Amino acid sequence: MTLVKHELKQGKASFLIWTASIGFLLAICIFLFPEMKGQMDGINDIFASMGSFSEAFGMDRLNFGTLIGFYAVECGNILGLGGAFYAAICAVGILSKEEKERTAEFLLTHPVSRIRIITEKLIAVLIQITAMNIIIYALSVASIASIGEEIPLKEITLMHIAYFLLQIELAGICFGISAFLCKGSIGIGLGIAVMMYFLNLIANIAEVADFLKYITPFGYCEGADIISSGSLDGAMVTVGMMLCIVGITAAYLKYTVKDIHS
Amino acid sequence: MDIIKTARLTKTYGKARGIVDLDMTVAEGEFFGFIGPNGAGKSTTIRTLLGLISPTSGSAEIFGKNITTQKESILQNIGYLPSEAIFYRGMKVKDILRLSADLRKKDCTEEAKTLCERLQLDTSRKVDDLSFGNRKKVAIVCALQSNPDLLILDEPTGGLDPLMQKEFFEILKERNTNGTTIFLSSHVLSEVQRNCTRAAIIRDGKIIACDSVEVLAKTSTKRVTVHGAVELDRLYGIRDIKSTQDSVSFLYSGNMNSLLEALSSGQVNDLTVTEPDLEEVFLHYYEKDGETV
Repeated sequence: MTLVKHELKQGKASFLIWTASIGFLLAICIFLFPEMKGQMDGINDIFASMGSFSEAFGMDRLNFGTLIGFYAVECGNILGLGGAFYAAICAVGILSKEEKERTAEFLLTHPVSRIRIITEKLIAVLIQITAMNIIIYALSVASIASIGEEIPLKEITLMHIAYFLLQIELAGICFGISAFLCKGSIGIGLGIAVMMYFLNLIANIAEVADFLKYITPFGYCEGADIISSGSLDGAMVTVGMMLCIVGITAAYLKYTVKDIHS
Repeated sequence: MDIIKTARLTKTYGKARGIVDLDMTVAEGEFFGFIGPNGAGKSTTIRTLLGLISPTSGSAEIFGKNITTQKESILQNIGYLPSEAIFYRGMKVKDILRLSADLRKKDCTEEAKTLCERLQLDTSRKVDDLSFGNRKKVAIVCALQSNPDLLILDEPTGGLDPLMQKEFFEILKERNTNGTTIFLSSHVLSEVQRNCTRAAIIRDGKIIACDSVEVLAKTSTKRVTVHGAVELDRLYGIRDIKSTQDSVSFLYSGNMNSLLEALSSGQVNDLTVTEPDLEEVFLHYYEKDGETV
């Protein structure tokens, strides 16, 4: 596990910054809720009647006056986008950075198989994403408890699981892409995360584009659907996890035979 | 026993040449030189041997093991010194050395300490803050600290000051005396001539000569230096002429009687005829169609 430890040390600053930023923003949103709750009666109708804009963010089906409705829209977007960005950045550079920063020659001339390198780097990505989600989940629950609101544990947990799976899926896809890259990678990772986010907005607005929900992991993270059904959409999650496995498999197939140039 | 053995080893990059039909053997305990100018295929050969790139055709064995199928087992006993020493940013020297040892699953603390003392390397500094030469020292310690059976060195002295170069080659000679095989890739010919027992010369991706350094340096060409006034215009086989006010020095590969006749017809105050050094021989190997490549 030498490489796992090494990767965790290398990624420590990025991990702390992203976790602190997302956690801080989530906590701020939660602390704002008591103040906003009293003003929500009028605002809720406005938010729900903005046509496509409301549909895009699921606000037509959520009650802003309740903590869970507020949490699904406000905190969901922060955790969704922030988590997606972090997972994508973390995974898309993990293999390619060795060539980009020209450390591949150092690493690959040690007696470590490429399969072990890929596996340990993958484990490092999964540990970082998992740790970030556990910290943020704990922080969210603690923040809700501290404002004296009843904790809708099932819905909150389901939403956090959905966002965790979203990050795992994006990380898997980006991990696969990382094996093919030699240079710049962060832009590609961010681009994929943003593209997936907008695909979900399009799917929410136009019924004809509903199939896009099966492509983008944001499809199974829709707070309104999770709250109303009390579960995650199994079919969407399955498709998502398959895409993740395809990405990881591609990484193994490519990186084990890849020529490493100086 | 052959430590390195390649058979028609070829690597091409699309249509571009890398190395072509490379046949080479390095025996156990040899201090082997690998000479060639930039772009000749030295680094491609090394990168193929180390498994960084896959051969297009042909095969190679190190320690009798196939370089593509038994790579990890081979690398366990190889210390590699790259031409450019690049490490992970933000890490201290001691962390780099420990990472390298951990990747080999070896405790190299004592050996690393000895090497750092000999090379005057401060392990508490961050690699980002080190000069090119000091980063090279870190790479040297990484390559040597596990006491590998084979050392592959790619342009090892770049960035090292003369005193450090001397210390480095002393360490290498000690290792070589203790049985370590050394494969030294360099274009500094004096380095190869001073330290290596055998050498191969590579040109355009092909080995054009492979023999002991003495044999490689021994050609029919002589370096002739004449003090006085002689007429050289009618002599054939003269090149690399260097003239001063009262002397002329040139490489001569023509008929010796013709040279003696030319000299006897002139005014010779002093005359020396010596073997050319490896630098001059090297240029001879790189002459193609009368031009140096």
